[in-house]
Amino acid sequence: MYGRKVKLRFLFVAIVLITLILTVFLILKSLEENVVFFQSPSEINLSSEIDKKKIRIGGMVKKDSISFKSNEVSFIITDFKNEINVIYSGAIPNLFEEEKGVVAEGFLKDRNFFTATKILAKHDENYMPPEVKAALEEK
Amino acid sequence: MLYSVIGHYSLILGLCIGLLLVYYSVKNFKNSEQLNNKILSFTFLQFFLVMISFICLIISFILSDFSNETVFNNSHTTKPLFYKIAGTWGNHEGSLLLWLLVLTLFICIFLIKSKSQPIKYKILTLVFQQIIIIGFFVFLIATSNPFNYLYPIPEEGLGLNPILQDPALAIHPPILYLGYVGSSIIFSSALAATSLNLVSKKWASHIKKWVLVSWIFLTLGILLGSIWAYYELGWGGFWFWDPVENVSLMPWLALTTLLHCVLVLEKKQVLTSWVIILSISTFTLSMCGTFLVRSGILNSVHTFANDPERGLFILIFLFSLIFISLFIFFFFHKPNSNNSSNFFWLSKETSIVINNWFMMYFLSVVLIGTVYPIFLDVLSSQKISVGPPFYHKLIIPFLIPFLLAMSVGPKLKWIKSNLENKIYLISLLIISILLSFLIVKNFSQNILINTILISSALYLFLITLRDFFVKKHKNVSQNISHFGFSLLILSILLNNLFSNEIITNLKVGEVFENSKTKITFESVSQKEEKNYKSVIAKFSIEDKKGNSENFLPELRIYNQPNIVTSEADIKTTMLSDKFIVINIVQNQEFFNVRYQVKPFMIWIWLSVLLISFGGTLSLFKKEYEK
Repeated sequence: MYGRKVKLRFLFVAIVLITLILTVFLILKSLEENVVFFQSPSEINLSSEIDKKKIRIGGMVKKDSISFKSNEVSFIITDFKNEINVIYSGAIPNLFEEEKGVVAEGFLKDRNFFTATKILAKHDENYMPPEVKAALEEK
Repeated sequence: MLYSVIGHYSLILGLCIGLLLVYYSVKNFKNSEQLNNKILSFTFLQFFLVMISFICLIISFILSDFSNETVFNNSHTTKPLFYKIAGTWGNHEGSLLLWLLVLTLFICIFLIKSKSQPIKYKILTLVFQQIIIIGFFVFLIATSNPFNYLYPIPEEGLGLNPILQDPALAIHPPILYLGYVGSSIIFSSALAATSLNLVSKKWASHIKKWVLVSWIFLTLGILLGSIWAYYELGWGGFWFWDPVENVSLMPWLALTTLLHCVLVLEKKQVLTSWVIILSISTFTLSMCGTFLVRSGILNSVHTFANDPERGLFILIFLFSLIFISLFIFFFFHKPNSNNSSNFFWLSKETSIVINNWFMMYFLSVVLIGTVYPIFLDVLSSQKISVGPPFYHKLIIPFLIPFLLAMSVGPKLKWIKSNLENKIYLISLLIISILLSFLIVKNFSQNILINTILISSALYLFLITLRDFFVKKHKNVSQNISHFGFSLLILSILLNNLFSNEIITNLKVGEVFENSKTKITFESVSQKEEKNYKSVIAKFSIEDKKGNSENFLPELRIYNQPNIVTSEADIKTTMLSDKFIVINIVQNQEFFNVRYQVKPFMIWIWLSVLLISFGGTLSLFKKEYEK
């Protein structure tokens, strides 16, 4: 028979191990559920089916595309190959301008329409989403 | 020009002294007595040289000496003097120089303050600290020299990013650095103590002060950053789970855990390995933070330049430090043999260990959430982001047992205790559940989870509050910090539950109205300042009782660099903040208006102040007792 102390220690190690496994499982599970993918208009154009989940779209705000109404704003995000129309009602960050980089978070209605729930503020006036930068350099 | 030369050469001299110090310390380690006085004077000299270099950079900024590349990139003649000085550390090169300055300052203070410690321990700590210092010297001089020369000399500088031109942000980096760098002393000292097998109660009570000091500064630094984000970024929140915020939270979590463990080690010779691991990881996490924000991997206001070379250097440096420390830990550390012999389930140390587990869990959640997107990008070039829902879902449920353990834990005694005569523990629990149900019941959604959350925070609140009036209770500083923590959680919860927000687009003269609030956009005026133009909007906001207040949110259009920033208008009272911020989009007559009512906002700041005040008190109390 094992002594009481050994049993206790065994129990202790078992508890620690189970907790660890549960923790890792829990973190990975909710990571899977809560991750937001980043896509460019071209990637959306190429994708075979429309994602129901929340995504982020990055690109440039097309020139002369911003139009304001009292409760919403609409504009076009472009990566100079493909475009997508965005409708948004909410707070607008300072650096939101035509012909500047933008990242919008929200849901796709279809391949050409996107309802944004958030427009992300970038702190730097020279910020450009990496995909857009790559697209610009290709031109 | 002249100052750049002086600054540059004193940096190189400082590096030489660092190398000399390491060389002589290692060479004369056997007969170390004669080193005792010399090391102090040399360390002081090194600090003095870095100080000169730093002052030279400040002078270059004040004089707007654009022959200096750093000044050219980050300053402008029309900038107010205060921000010229603050701009010194508002950029990559200058902030690293500040980091170095604090590193050398801390090792000086460490040597002065630990006169009574064994000489070998002091020398070894110095050597480890000098290795870090030399690393930073090389990094600074090789990849980000603040004294680079520009020719031809430009007429005008490029200016400092306007959102950094703010009093809170001028002092945020120095305070945060004091916290980060304080953890380097803990790191070096833990390694030294491990190699000499000195990890004991005595060492714990000696290093505790350093843990406290860096913990206080780190707490205050995070607070300042958070306050700044609240009123300057115009999002109206205080924490966004942004990667750059997370990298400052991670060392804080590790440091808080360490603080509690050191207390256990001071009383009982247990948890030694754990304390060493925590000391190492706290500093490693601080370095990781520097690496992530400086290398341009995380895009944010802290990313001054995207330079892969710099990132690579910090990464290599970081890995060699981790390697050295793991090597020392595995080869020199001798764990105590009589470890678990008198460890009882119901005791203070058990409750601290339990809280440690929770802290480690929170830490790993934040770490994974921050690092996972980076790894995924590197491995599969998929771009993802991990937002607040992830953190909320994983952290909030575990806050409940965490808070309960925090309420009951300090009531237990060291080694072994029982919970007799503690009727008030149960009665307070019932009171807090009832109270929180009363608060929450008006809201239809999530009654259960909110009631449980608020009651556990309220429970801690009531218990710590009671302890202030019970004479028998000795540990006031701990009680203040825990009280502050309960207040923090309570204000955050109530703030989340009762916040109101209106976002709308208005033209001048238009009115927005809903059942509770009426917002009238009255007028717009303009004002010229030295380095910006401001557009001031006037709103009058009427609540449902008919009280009306005027708000003057502002837009600032800076001339150099050409950036628009919003200045929110915030009316703060003890019960709630009213927050309004406007935005304008080019060639549109609409203003984007965001109005928020945020209850208990000021209590979030005050409670964090209370938490760090508790730490400060404990620091000075120990000084008295000596």
